[in-house]
Amino acid sequence: MAPRLRSVKGNSSERTLVSAAGPLNPAMAASVRGLSRTFGDRTVLDNLDLDIAPGEFIALIGRSGSGKSTLLRALAGLDREVTGQLSAASPVSVAFQEPRLVPWKKVLANVALGLRVSNPEEAARTALDEVGLTERAGAWPLTLSGGEAQRTSLARALVREPRLLLLDEPFSALDALTRITMHRLVLRLWARHQPAVLLVTHDVDEALALADRVLVLGQGRIEHSSRVTLPRPRVRDHPELVALRLRLLTELGVPARETD
Amino acid sequence: MPDPFDTDLIARDVSVPAAEASPLRTEAAAAPTVMSPARRRRRGYRLISPVVVVGLWQLASSTGILPASKLASPASIAHTAYTLVVHNSPTYGTLQGSLLTSFERWAVGFSIGIIIAVLLAVVTGLSRVGEAAADPILQALRSIPLLGLIPLFIVWFGIGELPKVLFVMLSALFPMYLNTFAGIRGVDSKLGELGHVLGLRRAEMIRHIVLPGALPQALTGLQLSVISSLLALVVGEQINATSGLGFMITQAQQFLDNSVIMVALIVYAILGLLLNGAVRLLERKALAWRRDFGQ
Repeated sequence: MAPRLRSVKGNSSERTLVSAAGPLNPAMAASVRGLSRTFGDRTVLDNLDLDIAPGEFIALIGRSGSGKSTLLRALAGLDREVTGQLSAASPVSVAFQEPRLVPWKKVLANVALGLRVSNPEEAARTALDEVGLTERAGAWPLTLSGGEAQRTSLARALVREPRLLLLDEPFSALDALTRITMHRLVLRLWARHQPAVLLVTHDVDEALALADRVLVLGQGRIEHSSRVTLPRPRVRDHPELVALRLRLLTELGVPARETD
Repeated sequence: MPDPFDTDLIARDVSVPAAEASPLRTEAAAAPTVMSPARRRRRGYRLISPVVVVGLWQLASSTGILPASKLASPASIAHTAYTLVVHNSPTYGTLQGSLLTSFERWAVGFSIGIIIAVLLAVVTGLSRVGEAAADPILQALRSIPLLGLIPLFIVWFGIGELPKVLFVMLSALFPMYLNTFAGIRGVDSKLGELGHVLGLRRAEMIRHIVLPGALPQALTGLQLSVISSLLALVVGEQINATSGLGFMITQAQQFLDNSVIMVALIVYAILGLLLNGAVRLLERKALAWRRDFGQ
């Protein structure tokens, strides 16, 4: 499927020319040039450039209010006020922070909602199998635990076979144990389906455990980018990760002390 | 070849402003389906006060404290009801015949009112233009006291069935319209975003997100519509009626037969209870997804 190319508010092509990152790259799972967004007089994204390679797992961290979710929403096509250029390889799927299950549809129907394949129900059932929720297919969303709801949301995102999967802090409301389980699940599903992933998180450890590349958003731009080459599953206190953690925390403006 | 954002079907146009906490989160779950013995006993206790009142009433009537010319005794009301059912009296007709006539009036007016209300609410709820076009006039009409319209209705439509049915229709329309409209506008905008992300088309968005999301409040509207349309029926029927429960009441008034009036009122009350129960049953079925909340 052709990537979605979007140019917003006309004047963006000039910006593309002056951009250091070169022109928009439609071969990427996502490509962004000169993306800006202001809320009133507050500039949240300021001429931001970003490329996400096909199959790449990116974690985007930043202080709260730094525009992480704004960038994700722009990529999801949920923000019509952004200016600049943007392409995203469709289909794009999103898993939100709150699982956003439709409460009047049972789990299976939630996963199948809007699915355009010949047998949506069967596809949805397969997706539920993958996240280990086969036996909850007939349950009402309000009866699910937080982890089950988030797994349903993940199944609903993945059943669309996305080339770009956007995860907006989907694990932040889960307890620590459930979060670890979810991390493993996400890595397993990512390895199987190979979508490019943009994970927005405020958790440095989560970013280091999962991502190929960790980006720090600040001042409306990508201020810092670290590549993580360690094979997964990663051990939290691997020296390389420890060093990276210190680096990232410093970038975030919270220089870690020895004891952290 | 960048194509503009506008070609995307953006769901948020279709739906809804930022919602306050949607009603589904604020209301407690409905009663559990299995009744505990304690509950059953409590339900038994609820019979005490009606039985005592009716008993005292009968006592007051039998001893002559309560003259039959003012208020008939429960026993004679029951007897009147029985007579009205088994005999077709030239003055009153039969009770079941009157009930059927009244129920038909109510059902026709109510159904038309509800259908119009839902259609209007969908139009005004889903489009700003529709709202701007239709809402002011609906708000203006709503503020007219319906009971005050009766003389005008007689002038316009005479004394046949039409003014009565219209009266019921109008009183069913407004509660349903206002609540369905508010329900549509109150649908969680986050679900609208979700629908957009999932690539729902406009019709799918309405069918899967907007209408079911508005249903809890629409059903509240339905309940209010039942109450106000029954009231309209009772009032509307007593004006120049030649059939129905209201006709029985006006006839009985002329013959100073208060037991017939009481029978008609009790039938109205039973009708109201049954219709309310029907709406509650519908609510329980349609909002099953909410019932399990928290269990």
